Amino acid sequence: MYNYPDSTGHFGQFGGMYMAETLIPAVEELTAQYLHFRDDADFKAELAYELKHYVGRPSPIYHARRLSEHLGGAQIYLKREDLNHTGAHKINSAMGQALLARRMGKKRVIAETGAGMHGVATATVAARFGMECIVYMGAEDIQRQAPNVFRMKLLGAKVVPVTSGSKTLKDACNEAIRDWVTNVESTFYIFGTAAGPHPYPMMVRDFQSIIGVEAKIQMPEMIGRQPDAVIACVGGGSNAIGLFYPYIEEKGVRIIGVEAGGFGLATGKHAAPLTANAKIGVLHGNRVNLMQDENGQITETHSISAGLDYPGVGPEHCLLKEMGRAEYVVSTDDEAIAAFDALCRFEGIIPALESSHALAHAMKIAPTLSQDTVLLVNLSGRGDKDMNTVAQIKGIRL
Amino acid sequence: MSNRIQATFDQLKQQNRKALIPFVTAGDPSPELTVALLHTLVAAGADVLELGVPFSDPMADGPTIQRASERALKLGVSLRSVLGLVAEFRQQDATTPVVLMGYGNPIEAMGWELFAQRCSDVGVDGVLTVDFPPEESHDAFEHLQRHNIAPIFLLAPTTTEARIEQVARLARGYVYYVSLKGVTGSGSIDLSAIEQKLPQLRRHIKLPIGVGFGIRDAATAKAVARLCDGVVVGSRIVEEIENSTEATVLDKVGALVKELRAALDQS
Repeated sequence: MYNYPDSTGHFGQFGGMYMAETLIPAVEELTAQYLHFRDDADFKAELAYELKHYVGRPSPIYHARRLSEHLGGAQIYLKREDLNHTGAHKINSAMGQALLARRMGKKRVIAETGAGMHGVATATVAARFGMECIVYMGAEDIQRQAPNVFRMKLLGAKVVPVTSGSKTLKDACNEAIRDWVTNVESTFYIFGTAAGPHPYPMMVRDFQSIIGVEAKIQMPEMIGRQPDAVIACVGGGSNAIGLFYPYIEEKGVRIIGVEAGGFGLATGKHAAPLTANAKIGVLHGNRVNLMQDENGQITETHSISAGLDYPGVGPEHCLLKEMGRAEYVVSTDDEAIAAFDALCRFEGIIPALESSHALAHAMKIAPTLSQDTVLLVNLSGRGDKDMNTVAQIKGIRL
Repeated sequence: MSNRIQATFDQLKQQNRKALIPFVTAGDPSPELTVALLHTLVAAGADVLELGVPFSDPMADGPTIQRASERALKLGVSLRSVLGLVAEFRQQDATTPVVLMGYGNPIEAMGWELFAQRCSDVGVDGVLTVDFPPEESHDAFEHLQRHNIAPIFLLAPTTTEARIEQVARLARGYVYYVSLKGVTGSGSIDLSAIEQKLPQLRRHIKLPIGVGFGIRDAATAKAVARLCDGVVVGSRIVEEIENSTEATVLDKVGALVKELRAALDQS
């Protein structure tokens, strides 16, 4: 029976609670409160209500028939997290954490963001509940994701550019942690992915698991059985673990996580710690596979997709890989762009560049599989935010 | 335990003086100057040296020490080379305790056993790993103990009584009380809050207690020293390094530390 994390927040050798002393009492308190409210009937009812009426769940599953026919092999189905309010899966967890923050009496929320989707989701729930909201975002990502920055500001959040280090997601995390350590009593840190110190990997997974829970009901309704494989992109890995977790005990279902291959694994310019077998290390509160140099300094990553541009990965993915229950592969920048174009043209759906990595892998393997094979891809977000990036790649000035 | 830390605090106690514990980042402003800088600190009146091991993602540090870390990394400083600098320092100073302060990952990359062995070889006395709380320090603790290196732990204003007890059981050398909620170099400290917290710490901690974070001038150092056994000054010194040239850095840092020493000796 798969039952992780243990009571100290470890997923086998991974995970844990590696934080400065000032924050340890805060994460312990958060764990206690989360474990209490997780089973609280009122909390569960309120979350279910918000997910249905505000977020717009359940998200549908869509059979990408034209794309599948074009590929001439397996059937590709899409879990449409892009249709959620705010356009990505991030709202599932932001909503859960905001409701918890309210019950804990915290009136100020902070978040880190890469692509900006988690920042937008956090700004959204903060507006919804009248909480002060500060979002830390790498200066480079602010350039790449300008429309999302404007959305956050419209929603009343303060967006703080982070200019240290590589000016991307990991540096935004550092800065959010610095804010938290300074304002620990007033502030709830709405963490964006299923990583970080315990209880975040567990809590974010639980909130995101609605994706897989719904899929397990929807797939039999659509095709009379579960899919042959579930596929999702992995940066920190929150959309992936949300889809994968309910399928872990479904031994007949292959689980495939797709990391950002950037310019290709051989170039070293990627963000694929699992596929590249990166050494295990400690960053941002947890022990995980981590891109680093021989001296233990974290190395800069590259991905076309800001949301995947992160040197670590959630601890549960590390465990699933170690156990052999999930496979991890990469799609390169170019493959993601090709998948992005294909979904636009064949299905009339503009996917996020993050999700395009998952789709790219499904498109790669579909032609090698029989036509009655079913691949369920998590379409974790929509691509509106990526217009500037894609236009730039195509040499178009908007 | 040997050890230089205990000998130093014992001696200070006999003299009724408080420990001055300056922090500098190894390799800042340059690896060539670090050893001279450490000798300057001692000559100016430092009792224990905290030597920062630069890390790419210093989450608990404010902008000043972040920049010092970035400068050192750009010059190629690594945990390996920091240990080399300590060895060089020890050639001329066999008595001043040296504590390495930093984040866990560079040590993880080297391996705790090899690290502890190397610390022992070069004459490091204590290790403070900011992001390794007692809960995650079992392995680290075992290896450090085996080589007689003191694990130094942080306590914070938010630390509960139960956790103070836990740290009391594990800590060696001294305990570092973080005087404010925040990153290094931020805010100004609240003396009355420290005064209130210390009796609770003393109930469990029998080791000397150093206080740091936010001590920016001689007057504050003096006021804080009245309450504890030692004061840690980091960002203010690193700022002085940042505002110096290679030609002036030793004089300027030396003058600052002398001023702090004089204030402490009046406390």
